[in-house]
Amino acid sequence: MDAAKKKYSIIVPTYNERLNIALIVYLIFKHLRDVDFEIIVVDDGSPDGTQEVVKQLQTLYGEDRILLRPRPKKLGLGTAYIHGLKHASGNFVVIMDADLSHHPKYLPSFIKKQLETGASIVTGTRYVKGGGVHGWNLMRKLTSRGANVLAQTLLWPGVSDLTGSFRLYKKSVLEDVISSCVSKGYVFQMEMIVRASRKGYHIEEVPITFVDRVFGSSKLGGSEIVEYLKGLVYLLMTT
Amino acid sequence: MKHVLKLFSLLVVISALWIGLLQASIIPRSHTWLLPIYFIVSLGCYGLLMVGVGLMRFPTCPREALLLQKDIAEAKDFLKQKGVDVGSD
Repeated sequence: MDAAKKKYSIIVPTYNERLNIALIVYLIFKHLRDVDFEIIVVDDGSPDGTQEVVKQLQTLYGEDRILLRPRPKKLGLGTAYIHGLKHASGNFVVIMDADLSHHPKYLPSFIKKQLETGASIVTGTRYVKGGGVHGWNLMRKLTSRGANVLAQTLLWPGVSDLTGSFRLYKKSVLEDVISSCVSKGYVFQMEMIVRASRKGYHIEEVPITFVDRVFGSSKLGGSEIVEYLKGLVYLLMTT
Repeated sequence: MKHVLKLFSLLVVISALWIGLLQASIIPRSHTWLLPIYFIVSLGCYGLLMVGVGLMRFPTCPREALLLQKDIAEAKDFLKQKGVDVGSD
């Protein structure tokens, strides 16, 4: 890649993240001091006043650094990224969750990895040395590991963490991949990375830690498992 | 080529090898007939092994939860000073 100026658009979809959005913005600014970036908050009409807090953050950090691009109601993650992309002026796009399970302190390692390797996509992985998860009980770890082994065996995806959603993309690559994805939820994240892999994009991984603070509410019941298996078969057949 | 086709062609190649073995009689027929079963069982065992090993070596990061709490406190302090509303949600 040439020595052109690099700008990073960080898309953060939010729904009722009034407190977390402020914390995450602070942490992003703390860890990306010498980087040209913008944060695009795609809020789906949160009733808890998330957008008011974002406006306060805009006063503090500048409206050119924090873009508030809301939508009227919950419209899904995939379309949130597409919506954010429309307003992104960077040549790289980062997607991350707003609930602090993705810590901004890893952003420099994503950027560094991309600069070193010229990769089209850098994806965070929780499952390698240097990464990790906190807040999962044995059952949760078992289902995660089982799901991962199954997906690796069936799909040969080329990445160790398929359902992760902490990723850095070249903007053109994200636009290309997202246009061909139709799934919802975490299967969407899997579809993105598998399609990118099939298209031959250079994908690199960096270890990240994932602190699950929403104990118990991210249940893995029977219906989630069925959804996952359906998603796997769909990806097996269509990618 | 779609991935499923890749897997399918792999299956076809393995089946051709198996049929070849059946016809060439290098290994006694009775054993050759059982090869597919051995293969599937080994695959299943390998999968279970991978799950077990992965579970034992599952990377955890209890320190990170503490570090996160510190970061949250630091962020709240700073933002409160600057007039951003960080009351509990």
